[in-house]
Amino acid sequence: MNARLIIGIAKSLLLARWRQTLVAAVGVTFSIAMFITLLSFMNGLNDLLDGLILNRTPHVRLYNEIKPSENQPVNMAPAFKNSYNFIRSVKAGTIRQEIYNSGPIMQAVEADDRVLGVAPKLTTQVFYNEGSIDITGVINGIDVEAESRLFHFQDYVTAGKAIDVKNVANSIILGKGLADILVAHVGDVVQVTTAQGERFSLKVVGYFQLGIQEIDKVQSYASISTTQKLLGKPANYLTDIQVKLKDLNQAPAVAKEYSRLFSADAEDIQTANSQFETGSNIRTMISYAVGVTLLIVAGFGIFNILNMMIYEKMDSIAILKATGFAGQDVNMIFLIIALSIGFFGGMVGLLLGFGFSVIIDHIPFITPALPTIKTFPVNYSPVFYMIGGSFSLITTYLAGFFPARKASRVDPVEIIRGK
Amino acid sequence: MSDIILEARHINKEFHDPVTVHVLTDITFTIQKGEFTSVIGKSGSGKSTLLYILSTMDTDYTGELLIDNVPMTGKTDADLARIRNEKIGFVFQFHYLLNEFTVLRNVMLPGIKLNKHSEEEVAHRAMERLKMLDIGHLAEKSAYKISGGEKQRVAIARALINDPQIIMGDEPTGNLDTKNSDLVFDIFKDLTVAHNQTLLIVTHDQSFAENTGRVIEMEDGKIIRQ
Ligand SMILES: Nc1ncnc2c1ncn2[C@@H]1O[C@H](COP(=O)(O)OP(=O)(O)O)[C@@H](O)[C@H]1O
Ligand SMILES: [Mg+2]
Repeated sequence: MNARLIIGIAKSLLLARWRQTLVAAVGVTFSIAMFITLLSFMNGLNDLLDGLILNRTPHVRLYNEIKPSENQPVNMAPAFKNSYNFIRSVKAGTIRQEIYNSGPIMQAVEADDRVLGVAPKLTTQVFYNEGSIDITGVINGIDVEAESRLFHFQDYVTAGKAIDVKNVANSIILGKGLADILVAHVGDVVQVTTAQGERFSLKVVGYFQLGIQEIDKVQSYASISTTQKLLGKPANYLTDIQVKLKDLNQAPAVAKEYSRLFSADAEDIQTANSQFETGSNIRTMISYAVGVTLLIVAGFGIFNILNMMIYEKMDSIAILKATGFAGQDVNMIFLIIALSIGFFGGMVGLLLGFGFSVIIDHIPFITPALPTIKTFPVNYSPVFYMIGGSFSLITTYLAGFFPARKASRVDPVEIIRGK
Repeated sequence: MSDIILEARHINKEFHDPVTVHVLTDITFTIQKGEFTSVIGKSGSGKSTLLYILSTMDTDYTGELLIDNVPMTGKTDADLARIRNEKIGFVFQFHYLLNEFTVLRNVMLPGIKLNKHSEEEVAHRAMERLKMLDIGHLAEKSAYKISGGEKQRVAIARALINDPQIIMGDEPTGNLDTKNSDLVFDIFKDLTVAHNQTLLIVTHDQSFAENTGRVIEMEDGKIIRQ
């Protein structure tokens, strides 16, 4: 009953000054709408840019790095067990790039509950022969189906069909940049020379375009068996096992575990792409900073209108207190005024922000560098709306706090004596 | 003893701004139920100051104040607000109606705040009081659209809404013409006679005071006659 009375009084005071109230609420609406739009768009961009790399990056990559053995024979010899052994000019020995026991490892990893999928890979350096010029490049032997399922390979094949690389014998999908240099069209045949000096002819069945020039200029893709043939290696020869996890955040732990379990090197995605995190974080921080700044400005608007209202309504406050309203009640009245401006302004702001996001989402954004993107990217995460809503309430509460306290401390005697 | 409504014991008050002024000196008196008391005195003699202390709005004084035999010393802001709401009705020189509300709603506000009756009942009681003061027809008008004399009557109706133990007034006829002053006086008189209502009215209108049951006269912050 009392709460209803307080709310009723707050409502009447608000409506009596609806013009100023509206201006204050529009301030909140505007800043929340901007906040939501900015955050959605910035995060859309973040997702897009992260996706460029992260979609194509395994969460855990198993491989064998060519490096000198950490356990040199002298350290294992019992005679020198207690000495500190200095060894100079250590070189890598007859270590192979191949992953030993790749078949059983793939099976074991596939059986792991935390794993979404596994894709084998075989990477080798080659020269593309264009007339008298040799261009260095990399051929990735992949399992097209697994690669498409786990790493969106087919999304980046802009000409031809991804699956052809498996179905057509001795075929290759060239990076778009590389194809331009080689002037190779789909259906043409390109000559490659392996590091061992063998020459092969491969049929171009498509172009691959990630949108990052450095990659598109060197990388190309073939099936695993084609690549094994280039290298003259048997069917179980693999250089990488790429693992995609159900939860990306488990990658460092899983990498460590696999490295021990399979005595291979294992790299997690966080280590491989730490620089992208930084970029995303900065973009997110900027969005928050702009949103909060706008809200603070809106907060001052509310602060102003409340101060004005209290100044105008001194008489009303005095008589309310004289007839039995406590300071606390008066305080509540003005806090409710502030919070309802925040609430309604914020709600409309959220809707408007959503509207703006939808509009941005429909603006065409076509660039040859990003073949999979047709419109500006937008992230509709409900988290932004929750944060925006809470922000609007918190700011208006803070803006209302001091005026409301001032109103609650009005001394009715001073007002009444003044008349 | 039980029908003492208000008791002041040795009340003293000083203002310290900018220099210390002793405004009230050793004020001691009691008011019985049903009494119609007026307080008179020259301007500046401390009448208003005393009334604000008696009404519990001003707590910065020494001495004791008892309302309905309960000491007011050491009560919280909220307690005092509750006491004003329940036991004291106010009529000031200025009406202090809330312009955002209708006449009826203005009268109802302290009644809803008291939370003793349902809202419909409070509305009914407010209407009764407006009719008693001959302004029932104004109930649905906005508070700022009625005349000064009518406003003061609405303020009286508001003071009556919770059946207070005592009604206090600070020059309630000060702003009114003779006709409206007489009307307000008649209302007060009728309240004491017909409803045994206790009244404590500050005035500097000699003829007004002469017609009340009891006169307290003040000079320089002291009671010189009661
Ligand atoms: N806030 C104040 N600060 C200082 N002196 C005050 C204040 N309020 C009233 N006074 C002084 O107290 C005295 C009594 O004032 P008041 O109670 O208003 O008298 P009355 O109502 O009888 O005219 C006056 O001399 C006035 O100047
Ligand atoms: Mg006075």
